[in-house]
Amino acid sequence: MVGVVAVTPPLATVSDATLALAIAVPVVVVGGVTAISIRLRRRPSAAPGRPEAAVSPEAAVGRAPATPGGEASPEATPDAVRIAPPEEPAPITPAVPPGSTLEPEVARPTFRGRLGKARGLLAGYLGAVRSGDRIDGTTWDELEEALIRADVGVRSTDALLGTLRGRVKAGEISSAGELIDALQASLVEILTAPEAGLAPVGSGFGGDASAPDRTVDVWLFVGVNGVGKTTTVGKVATRLTREGARVTLAAADTFRAAAAEQLALWASRSGTDIVRGNEGGDPSAVVFDAVQRAGARGHDVVLADTAGRLHNKVNLVEELKKVRRIADRPPGRVTEVLLVLDATTGQNGLAQAKVFSEAVDVTGVVLTKLDGTAKGGIVVAIQRELGVPVKLVGLGEGAEDLVDFQPAAFVEALFDPAG
Amino acid sequence: MFESLTDRFEGILSRLKSRGRLSDADVDEILAEIRVALLEADVELGVVRTFTAGVRARCVGLELSQSLSPGQQVIKAVNEELTSILGGETLRITYAGRPPTVVLLAGLQGSGKTTTAAKLAQWFKRQGRNPLLVGADLQRPAAVDQLRILGAQAQVAVFSEPTDPVAVAIAGLEEARRLGRDVLIVDTAGRLSVDEELMEEVRSISAAVEPHYTFLVIDAMTGQDAVATASAFHDALSLDGVVLTKLDGDARGGAALSVKEVVGRPIAFASTGEKLADFDQFHPDRMADRILGMGDILSLIEQAERTFDEGVAVKGASAILSGRFTLEDFLEQLQQVKKMGPVSGMLGMLPGVSKDLRQASSMVDDRQIGQIEAIIRSMTPAERIDPTVIDGSRRVRIARGSGTTTTEVNALLKQFREMQKLMKGFGKGGLGGAMGGLGGLFGKGGINPRQLAELGAMGDGIDAGGTGGLATLGGGQPGAPAAARGAGKGKPPGKGKKRKGGGRVTPKAR
Repeated sequence: MVGVVAVTPPLATVSDATLALAIAVPVVVVGGVTAISIRLRRRPSAAPGRPEAAVSPEAAVGRAPATPGGEASPEATPDAVRIAPPEEPAPITPAVPPGSTLEPEVARPTFRGRLGKARGLLAGYLGAVRSGDRIDGTTWDELEEALIRADVGVRSTDALLGTLRGRVKAGEISSAGELIDALQASLVEILTAPEAGLAPVGSGFGGDASAPDRTVDVWLFVGVNGVGKTTTVGKVATRLTREGARVTLAAADTFRAAAAEQLALWASRSGTDIVRGNEGGDPSAVVFDAVQRAGARGHDVVLADTAGRLHNKVNLVEELKKVRRIADRPPGRVTEVLLVLDATTGQNGLAQAKVFSEAVDVTGVVLTKLDGTAKGGIVVAIQRELGVPVKLVGLGEGAEDLVDFQPAAFVEALFDPAG
Repeated sequence: MFESLTDRFEGILSRLKSRGRLSDADVDEILAEIRVALLEADVELGVVRTFTAGVRARCVGLELSQSLSPGQQVIKAVNEELTSILGGETLRITYAGRPPTVVLLAGLQGSGKTTTAAKLAQWFKRQGRNPLLVGADLQRPAAVDQLRILGAQAQVAVFSEPTDPVAVAIAGLEEARRLGRDVLIVDTAGRLSVDEELMEEVRSISAAVEPHYTFLVIDAMTGQDAVATASAFHDALSLDGVVLTKLDGDARGGAALSVKEVVGRPIAFASTGEKLADFDQFHPDRMADRILGMGDILSLIEQAERTFDEGVAVKGASAILSGRFTLEDFLEQLQQVKKMGPVSGMLGMLPGVSKDLRQASSMVDDRQIGQIEAIIRSMTPAERIDPTVIDGSRRVRIARGSGTTTTEVNALLKQFREMQKLMKGFGKGGLGGAMGGLGGLFGKGGINPRQLAELGAMGDGIDAGGTGGLATLGGGQPGAPAAARGAGKGKPPGKGKKRKGGGRVTPKAR
């Protein structure tokens, strides 16, 4: 108990009464009620968890640090803690001539075609609407239904249709066809962002590896569990490598079992360098090492895969903030923070985008798994409410199936009644 | 971002109080709110329609009773309707007469199949079974590695070979027979329901191993697509149930409701955390509360029971019941509660917590908790037991020792005095008293009486009778003998005062 005091972080905020209550109430109620209920109830059966404590590798599995000192002071860990050197120093991709400008965008014709599978449902509704010429209650219901079923969300749907209702009343729109066109146009408008392109890679030093003030771009990939972060990193690595960039991968998902192995396979497929840490190690340290190595080898960009984390887990979000801070240390320079979002995600996607944006300043969304039946309409709400643009879209398992987001094609494909 | 349904109702219902009966217009207004709440919880649109129709039938002309406020009555109606849709009972797993009992897991990419496989294996182990895991996901790079690592953590053997998924499943089945394993869990690759080739593959796996249970693994964050996906998998595999994952997020999990309603198969298991033990059978009624944003105190307490150190819990309970809750006890409780995860998340799970407080809780982070810990740790043992001895100069010392200011030390001490009052409530009137002590903190909605009833049943000694839906913790009630039996020498909690360290530590209960 002595000595712990020393590592307590500096105070940031003065706790006012409500805030203190916010801590005290759960502690007292949960603590108290649980304590009492545990005491009342000596379950004869083995209480799960307890007896296994000896064997269960909780320390390894659980990431919430169990030691009070550790948890109370995320800052206390020296940032530059070195991890074990990567087991297999992957061969560096040789011979991409320095200074090669990145190739212009390869034509990616798959967008509409792949979305085709997904659009049936929505198209059906809108086809029905379009065929009726008059705008009546049913028309509005159908539009509402189409948007809600696409996961656009109640509030964004209401807002979109509200504006259109006004325009119909004002006589600007008089037929169902026009109404659909107008809806489509407003969706495209919402989804079109001025800064929707990916940050150019390697612009920091103009390709001159020996420049004294050269920087290494860092792209962070963040998101909740199971959205496809590792796969996306692999695909982006392949794409950037093809475009001539020299890429280092940072396997900063030190939590999920075998995540680093999964990324290592992508690394060998795309012929990129990879820096790995120990399982359960500090992800910031992995990113730090990756940036150092990329700097030393004259690489352009570090793609950092991070562990999936639910946005409501405060300490994990804090961990991510730290990763971002460390990644921004020279020569590192964070130029993209991409939130990977699964197209099947419903309204919770908005909460995810909000929390991650606040924590690590998300620069764009990667919408994955759009080749299934899910519509991914939540990106409309995200763009509308938070202004975070969609930058990339995942349309399949192959490396070439990660394509630039095209708002018009996205919306049009969803609305096109001809299957 | 999402208001709970209770919050939404408050506005509408405050106007109804004077009247005795809900009019059609009232019901319409309420149903509109319910609709928005359900859609924001990702309940599928068709299901929302059926559902609101059902609630309308229950609500129109509803006689407002004396004991419940109109809001509580409507919520009760909604809750009952939800629970009935979600399926009243938890799925009972039966085991094959000729082992092994084969469980097949399928689902979209990233829904959590591999983790679920390991968690399920550990769950079967807890049931005294002897499972074998089969890694038939040869698609995703390193998926089998992941399963092997998780299997090792769960101490369950993993079988896989780099052939093809169907062959692996068949070989796995033979291996289970050879080793005499009585449960076989087959993890498959994630696939889209529109991918005909892969759907055919999983059909072949299913045909080859003839699973007794086929579970679809679904992410609780899934939106409107949940129904389409579940229907497609159900058509291909004839599902027996659903495993709902990532319920520890803040998604309301309306997908669960939709799938149950459309596919007609129950949610069998739910996964509520990253540790292997954070996994259990699904309780439909608790999910109903969650979808409505009503908190889930039962799950919270069960989670607490798994993480709490028993000794500390017992000590804390004695301290609370005896009304001698010291800063030292508070520190210990804080440590325990912290183990369960962020405190702010916990507040969200407590029912009836007012909006202001919930907002404040989102501002709580580990730093503030660290600060509280630092302040308490800078006190001498005597000060922790009796903070009234802390005078001006001690205050300065404590502030300096903890890197805080005297204002902050004062704030904590003041807060602690409030807490002690609360604790006295626990000691005297039980939970009800404590809630009373909390005063305005808890809204009218309060704790759901049914949850308390369950809590009572759980605790064996907690009587949920209570007034106004609040429970009283007290011994000598019908449940008490059971508690006494269960507790060995520990006495049931007293009606108050004389309790003092009564519950000596537990007889070894196994």
